[in-house]
Amino acid sequence: MSQCSILHPMSTPVIATPARQSAPPRGAVQLNSDNKDWFPMRFSRLALLLSLTFLFAGCNLTVLNPSGDIAQQQGDLIVYATVLMLIVIIPVTALTIFFAVKYRQSNENATYEPEWDHSVSLEIVVWAVPLAIIICLAGLTWVATHRLEPYDDLKRISAEKPIDPTVEPLEVQVVALDWKWLFIYPEQGIAVVNEAAAIVDRPVEWKITSNTVMNAFYIPEMAGMIYAMAGMETELNAVINAPGTFKGISANYSGIGFSHMNFDFHAVDEAGFDVWVEKVKTSADVLDRSNFDRLQEQTTKHPVEYFGAVEDGIWDKILNMCAGEEELCLNDMMMVDALGGGGLEGLYNRELFRGLCSADDPEALFLLLRKDLEQSKGEVIHAMSLIPPSEVTEQKLEAH
Amino acid sequence: MASSNAHVSEHSSDAVSSVHWFWGKLDWDIFPFYDPVIFGTFIGTCILGAVVVAALTYFRLWGYLWKEWFTSIDHKKIGIMYMILAVIMLVRGFADALLMRLHQALASAGYVGFLPSYHYDQVFTVHGVIMIFFVAMPFVTGFMNYVMPLQIGARDVAFPFLNNFSFWLTVSGAVLIMISLFVGEFAATGWLAYPPLSGLTFSPGVGMDYYLWSLNIAGIGTTLSGINLIVTLVKMRAPGMTWMKMPIFCWTTLCTNVLIVASFPILSATLALLTADRYLGTHFFTNDGGGNPMMYVNLIWIWGHPEVYILTIPVFGIFSEIVPTFTKKRLFGYTSMVYATCVIMILSYIVWLHHFFTMGAGADVNSFFGITTMIISIPTGAKLFNWLFTMYKGRIRYELPMLWVVAFMLTFVVGGMTGVLLAVPPADYVLHNSLFLIAHFHNVIIGGVVFGIFAGINYWWPKAFGFHLHRGWGMLSFWGWTIGFWFAFMPLYIMGLMGVTRRLSQFEDTFYAGYFFVALIGALMIAVGVLAFIMQIVWSIYKRDELKCGDDPWGTGRTLEWATTSPPPYYNFAFTPRVYAIDAFQHMKDNGYKGRPTEGFTPIHMPHYTGSGIIISGFMTVMGFALIWHVWWLAALTFFASVVWGIAHTFNYNRDYYIPADEVRDIELKSAPVATPAE
Repeated sequence: MSQCSILHPMSTPVIATPARQSAPPRGAVQLNSDNKDWFPMRFSRLALLLSLTFLFAGCNLTVLNPSGDIAQQQGDLIVYATVLMLIVIIPVTALTIFFAVKYRQSNENATYEPEWDHSVSLEIVVWAVPLAIIICLAGLTWVATHRLEPYDDLKRISAEKPIDPTVEPLEVQVVALDWKWLFIYPEQGIAVVNEAAAIVDRPVEWKITSNTVMNAFYIPEMAGMIYAMAGMETELNAVINAPGTFKGISANYSGIGFSHMNFDFHAVDEAGFDVWVEKVKTSADVLDRSNFDRLQEQTTKHPVEYFGAVEDGIWDKILNMCAGEEELCLNDMMMVDALGGGGLEGLYNRELFRGLCSADDPEALFLLLRKDLEQSKGEVIHAMSLIPPSEVTEQKLEAH
Repeated sequence: MASSNAHVSEHSSDAVSSVHWFWGKLDWDIFPFYDPVIFGTFIGTCILGAVVVAALTYFRLWGYLWKEWFTSIDHKKIGIMYMILAVIMLVRGFADALLMRLHQALASAGYVGFLPSYHYDQVFTVHGVIMIFFVAMPFVTGFMNYVMPLQIGARDVAFPFLNNFSFWLTVSGAVLIMISLFVGEFAATGWLAYPPLSGLTFSPGVGMDYYLWSLNIAGIGTTLSGINLIVTLVKMRAPGMTWMKMPIFCWTTLCTNVLIVASFPILSATLALLTADRYLGTHFFTNDGGGNPMMYVNLIWIWGHPEVYILTIPVFGIFSEIVPTFTKKRLFGYTSMVYATCVIMILSYIVWLHHFFTMGAGADVNSFFGITTMIISIPTGAKLFNWLFTMYKGRIRYELPMLWVVAFMLTFVVGGMTGVLLAVPPADYVLHNSLFLIAHFHNVIIGGVVFGIFAGINYWWPKAFGFHLHRGWGMLSFWGWTIGFWFAFMPLYIMGLMGVTRRLSQFEDTFYAGYFFVALIGALMIAVGVLAFIMQIVWSIYKRDELKCGDDPWGTGRTLEWATTSPPPYYNFAFTPRVYAIDAFQHMKDNGYKGRPTEGFTPIHMPHYTGSGIIISGFMTVMGFALIWHVWWLAALTFFASVVWGIAHTFNYNRDYYIPADEVRDIELKSAPVATPAE
């Protein structure tokens, strides 16, 4: 960033000054020659253009030159695709200018063929060249999209470093709130508001949801963005390859506090991460339902907040939008619907459900509700459960 | 989700208790007394409005406007009214753009800026809505209305009354948006109003309701107009004009209106569902109650992507008319131009998901939509080459329209390139919602659509009014727009690559101030372009006698609209032309055209003007306003009134008349062709 210091607000006047100085004084302009009157304007425009190029060249374009391998590959793809397309764009632009100048009306020497309106070979070229480029680009797109699918596990740590299959990714659960980010570290049993940390070169598995409107979770230095949506879990697998403190943002407009919905993301080594976890653990606060209720209130510029402990199962409840008291969990609601929904049966069932959250034990709930359906209970639980079928159907069906 | 449920019910109980049986939610707080900026604008607008009304009354123009314009079902007058609406709304939308540029330049430099985020959010929402629905749409609809029937040698569109009605419904939507500036507020949700943010829980105010009713009403108008123009093209082409002899602009009009008819009902249905969520307590798109916002995002883009092509395809048509005229040459590759247009039309339906690759649809789905998007660039590229090869071995005359075309070609390729970049899903993950995206779509909308609109205005103005537009002011406008565009949006491209996202009203560091400052300079240059354009019109009207022109003002017109007088008589052609070739008028000229016939006139069958369109739309406007403010009795009353009036209108049997042959002869002989200006 230091190399970008020219971008300080003061920089604009600074850039403008030499332009003004190098323009001849106004008096001289009028005395000397006819078209010098244009000089000041032309010169300052030139100065602006130059400064633009200078800033462009001298600055760190995060997206093209990030610190995480996924973002790096995404950025590289922009460069490859641009180069591919320039194969068409540059000739077209050059031809446009060339034709526009050459066939101007005043150029009597240029050939003029008013009836010439068709050429099979040219038409083949004008369709085939873009087609060829797009075929290449489509291949690139197909491969890159599959290689960089954010839901998939990482295939490498960086260009030089292969993945170590024994290292589990660090799981971080992310909740977008109005207007702050909540990070839950299930392994470490801690939670943090508006601050996150990860270990350099260890894959991170971000599980993302929202407790409010749509947001997009985005750490430009690490990897591209993924939407955060209420009642749904999206996922982003990424890795950070260099230590440092980077900016994380919400990239999708979410209301009046959106501009400040930022957090610091610390990329540290293992030891540094342990220190950070310990620091968070010193907090006596627990991320439980009442604290979460407090976080649900709309705030802007929310300060960093540490929770030394996390209530069991709170992520499932947030994800199923039932972290507050007296709320019906989404997965339970799906179960209610499957068991009769708004019909008479459903009304009865819903009363039984109030305050219960079945994410942990759908089976007990089912038995409570529908003794009569015991025969087909395996299938029903399977259909409604958020627990992967392998765990439900095999183990629990066998038990009965 | 009980907490939000509680919130909703709390809100609606509030709303219920505060809804007066007569006044609805209206009370004194709706006027922006609290904000000196808006209130000042409000007072200024009221004074300006009063002056205009007083002037119209003083010069006794109300009767003239009503009889000759408001109730007119002449496609040419309706086309011109669409353009006037678009210019007025352009000024409004552009003022919003300047506000944003100024605010971001200040806010990014460490000042607070002058717009609180709540206000800023409304400004960017209204800017997007106005520019798409009430600037770009009326402009292209105006062109299609004005030019297409002339090009196919028709007297009018197929359903002239419907045309008038469509126009006034569009005005109705625009009026509601303008009212929201001073009465209440507008949506602060972004121009596509994604739920759940646009739902009752997170946007309890009337702003979203303004958005919904404005677009609900205007959307019906657009759909009706689409049907009308398709039927016109299918049924009313001059004898001999087979499909492959139609001017390219007619082809693009056809494809555009097919897109309109197939996509606007989706918009209407989607907004109706969201309206139901907000008014009837349904849960189509809420977080809770089984709603799914992803459904809305899909639906709105199934309309939204074709919409992009609804704007660009007609503009491609305009370019295809201008290039042959000013190169004095046939259009290169007519057939491939037609097929390219149709391919673009079809493909535009299967790309919508590229607007939300980041939603997590998976690699297969994302790559499918990424690749279909890239495929669109093939026919688009072919079109560009075709214009290029039309210029090849031509005699290019740099009148204003042609300058705009060249500027378009040089600007649009960059926008196209960045568009294909954004279509690569992994690249989109880092560019989505960034200023790079903003720069991209302004690059194609300004560099494509807006440049095309200005090209078209300069091209057809002499036909519509009988005098040229002033070149000097036009050049100033041209350079203001073309240079200003690069200054305004190059910094945005760069900031996008730095990871700066859109819709930020506050900045935590001053890192980007220089870029936003350059962008502000660019916006000011565009402002010069806008003002110069308005001056160009004013000045040209003032100097209209010096700028007078004949039937074929450019001397090289190729299509039928140049075969009639400038301005055309209200019946368009005294004799329905017979068509033998593409570029029918050029064909006539090549085969010894001696000017318009001077004898043998017959009576012409024409429809009567009617006030029903503006009256029903007036009821609908009041109905929209009443629904926004929950004044239920008034909404019911005006709805009932519009239905009754609509039914009554069908009992009007006095709909048509014949223009006597003598009158046709007088008109035709009076407007004898003025000598074509030497090239």
